[in-house]
Amino acid sequence: MADDASRKHWMSLLSKANPQDLAHLWAEVSMGVEFSFLRTPEVGAIMVRGRAGATGAPFNLGEMTVARCSVQLQGGEIGHAYVQGRDKTHATQAAVIDALMHTDKADTMREHILDPLSENFERARAARAARAAATKVDFFTMVRGED
Amino acid sequence: MQADALKGGFADASFQSAKAFRAAMNAMARPGRIELLDGARPPAPMSRAAGALILTLCDPETPICLAGMHDCPDVRGWITFHTGAPISNPASASFVLGNWQSLQPLSRFPKGTSEYPDRSATLIVEMPELSATGARLSGPGIKDGTGFALPEVASFQANAALYPLGLDFFFTCGFKVAALPRSTKVEGI
Repeated sequence: MADDASRKHWMSLLSKANPQDLAHLWAEVSMGVEFSFLRTPEVGAIMVRGRAGATGAPFNLGEMTVARCSVQLQGGEIGHAYVQGRDKTHATQAAVIDALMHTDKADTMREHILDPLSENFERARAARAARAAATKVDFFTMVRGED
Repeated sequence: MQADALKGGFADASFQSAKAFRAAMNAMARPGRIELLDGARPPAPMSRAAGALILTLCDPETPICLAGMHDCPDVRGWITFHTGAPISNPASASFVLGNWQSLQPLSRFPKGTSEYPDRSATLIVEMPELSATGARLSGPGIKDGTGFALPEVASFQANAALYPLGLDFFFTCGFKVAALPRSTKVEGI
């Protein structure tokens, strides 16, 4: 059984993943997993809350659309998912992967799905940071000759 | 918590909850009439009708109080997972679930205020059986009077005397449901 922090990490990766990327990766390793729905995929809105500097008073940042789903594998493991957007397939796949992470297939899942997703995510973030960095302006003051 | 305790929600939530709502509404509009209410498979000791009622009527804004043997981890987990309704104490409950003995005394549940008579509790009473013979009911929604087997008569007469305040009741057994709103007059036979 995985600890809470690493579960948070993979659930976060799955919820932020691009649905097409996840579907591609999942198609390679799905192996005909059998599962039943505890909560059929459904779409709704959640309120995202934030705190300035992580210490300020909480405020409502805005609503976002999410899809959620809960599944149970034949072996009894339960997986939950909340993903951004309204893609029900994405929610189902994320929930099944979350459930599989509690089985002996965890290493396969990590290698074939979570690591590539994590790389994609880091690459996208680096690319965006680089684009932003290119517009950075350094302000400096020329030393003025005083006469 | 048992892993199986989360099973048994509506498979097709929009259609099944609309159907269940219609059954609950018809039951409340025609006191004493027995309606069919199915689709949920809640953990024991909840009946299927009570499960469907809770899935349909409860949400995070309706505190629910569990009485007697219904206050068990399986039922708590199931209600929280499927509806998000908070489990509350009797004094602040919108819905109450239990059998007749465990619900006593009824005075601990909110009966509304003169300004807001709707801020009262709806009691879901699990019954060993529902039958159309017994106490005589009359009032809004009943043409000539009808019979219904109530667990007792005096409590319901006292409740009707509080009108417009008072409690509303659903009676559930298996996949059947009947209702008794506060507006119904009850006479023992």
